[in-house]
Amino acid sequence: MKTANYLVEITMLMPELTMMFMALILLLLDLVVKKKEVLAGVGISGILVAIYGTYKLFVFTEPQSAFADMFVLDGYSNFFKLIFYFNIILTMLISLKYMSIEKASFGEYYALLLFSTTGMMIMASASDLITLYLGLELMALSTYILAGLLRKQPRSNEAALKYFFLGAFSSAFLLYGISLTYGLTGTTNLKGIAAALQTLNILESPVVFLGLIFLIAAFAFKVALAPFHMWAPDVYEGAPTSVTAFMSVGPKAAGFAVMGRVLFEAFGGMHLQWNSILIPLAIITMAVGSISALAQTNIKRMLAYSSIAHAGYMLLGVIAGTPGGLASMVNYLMIYMFMNIGAFAIVIMLRREGFQGENLDDYTGLAKSHPLASALMLIFMFSLTGIPPTAGFIGKFYVFMEAINAGYTYLAVIAVVFSVISAFFYLRVVMNMYMKDPKEEVTLTTTSSLNLALAITTVMVILIGVFPSFLLNLVRTSILG
Amino acid sequence: MSMPQVFFAYFAVTMVTLSVLVVTRRNPVHSVLWMLILFVHIAGLYLFLNAEFLAAVQIIIYAGAILVLFLFVIMLLNLRKEETEKRFQKQWPFSVVAGIVFAIFLVLIVKNIAVLAPLGPYTAETMKSEGHMMTVGTVLYTEFLLPFEIASLVLLVAIIGAVVLAKKRIE
Repeated sequence: MKTANYLVEITMLMPELTMMFMALILLLLDLVVKKKEVLAGVGISGILVAIYGTYKLFVFTEPQSAFADMFVLDGYSNFFKLIFYFNIILTMLISLKYMSIEKASFGEYYALLLFSTTGMMIMASASDLITLYLGLELMALSTYILAGLLRKQPRSNEAALKYFFLGAFSSAFLLYGISLTYGLTGTTNLKGIAAALQTLNILESPVVFLGLIFLIAAFAFKVALAPFHMWAPDVYEGAPTSVTAFMSVGPKAAGFAVMGRVLFEAFGGMHLQWNSILIPLAIITMAVGSISALAQTNIKRMLAYSSIAHAGYMLLGVIAGTPGGLASMVNYLMIYMFMNIGAFAIVIMLRREGFQGENLDDYTGLAKSHPLASALMLIFMFSLTGIPPTAGFIGKFYVFMEAINAGYTYLAVIAVVFSVISAFFYLRVVMNMYMKDPKEEVTLTTTSSLNLALAITTVMVILIGVFPSFLLNLVRTSILG
Repeated sequence: MSMPQVFFAYFAVTMVTLSVLVVTRRNPVHSVLWMLILFVHIAGLYLFLNAEFLAAVQIIIYAGAILVLFLFVIMLLNLRKEETEKRFQKQWPFSVVAGIVFAIFLVLIVKNIAVLAPLGPYTAETMKSEGHMMTVGTVLYTEFLLPFEIASLVLLVAIIGAVVLAKKRIE
């Protein structure tokens, strides 16, 4: 038996290890430090160390695999880790005041965010179905707990339970798919599966296809594609708003990361087969997301349906089946992260002691009393709709372009139609703020950390919208090499 | 039918029957007891596959630890109320039909397997010469070291979650 040089291999895992140690340190610090701001600050500085680690690991231009090919370090995983870092930092910034208003400002909250992000990073780097599954469970388990953190609120309990049961169900699907694939190919390694499918010549086998269906169903659950989206509106509404912001981006991005890697690396030769599932899924998802959002009165529910619709648009990048398509999907996720967390930051601002501020009516006439916050919300809503010169336009444009290049013009047309429909509910928020007179005085809860998060997201949304080349170049160099 | 086939057929049929019994009993204690027998049968199937270590682990962990936990939880619940209520919701016939259709579908597809995967390095002979625990341990600490460590992290998060959700004092 060959002994691997673990000291060298463990450097590949430095960012994940940093995040994990940071989570453990926060758990201990929570016992002595009473101010939660300190915990968040320590957490963020730990994440910055992890970012530095990922930056240093960018030196490897060739994909590096470690731990008996269980873990891979490449541009694709590194870029996803960048999304996760931004996601958790912005979430920590927007949650400081909010969690104390909700009376749930536990130190474990920050530790669980870190654990969840560690799971996502492992998922993005998994080159074996076993690592993938364990990373997914680590991410999901932490998120279930985060969703149920507001123990006194029945809807938070409901969110956690619903998420847990349906998540466990989808894990069963994933394991079923893994076991079928393993039974046929004799390996769980993604590259090994691709090789076995070729050498055994079973690309056409219905059993392999069945395994693939199970895997796609499990991933579709994690990224909330219709018809596996039933949990999303209830969970997003019931969970604490900062957690909703976190999980509308993080688990979705991680789900897309594993979906892209498994489909492209292991089942690359079955592009036609997986497209026969993904294309209907994408169309249903865009339709359900855009049309159901029209009927919502709660802004968190509306953003939940909007996130379902966005998952549909991102799926076009996977359907294209080209490295360019994958790059456009990753690019979209990065942009979506900024605009979505920005929108949630505004939603959090409206929450104050004794006032939920989650109804669309609460935004009536907001522009009169709070012009700046309304202007920011306007930018995020425009960006989510995909109106130039915001980042959302660049994301959609790139994905649709890649879909058309790959010969899926009709899908791009359908996606544009649904984007137009979605403009209705995004712009309704804007109309509520600008065209109506305020009914009651709304005071905003602002803190410097929340302002910082808003500043970062706004600047990025506009910067990417006006000068998209720096992000597009980064995406292209990381994924296309 | 050869002897192994008879053996497997017994286990397969009994396991399905026991699983149905587990989900249909109105009294949760009965469900748990049927599940205990189910776990023993699963262990038997492992033995049949030359995996003595897995069989022992199945009995010790599932039948020993997890079932006892189940019983503890059931003791904390109000059983009287549970027993008077209907076991299933209205849509159960649809679920049964969907399940049967899916089972037929699976049988049809699995019958189609024409090519078998290449055998791995751990045949019954190597297991016999090296010993089960040694083989499992070696693989766990070399090839599957990283997943093994991630699993420990998952368990840690579960503990933290239990403490946060159940024990944290709310002001």
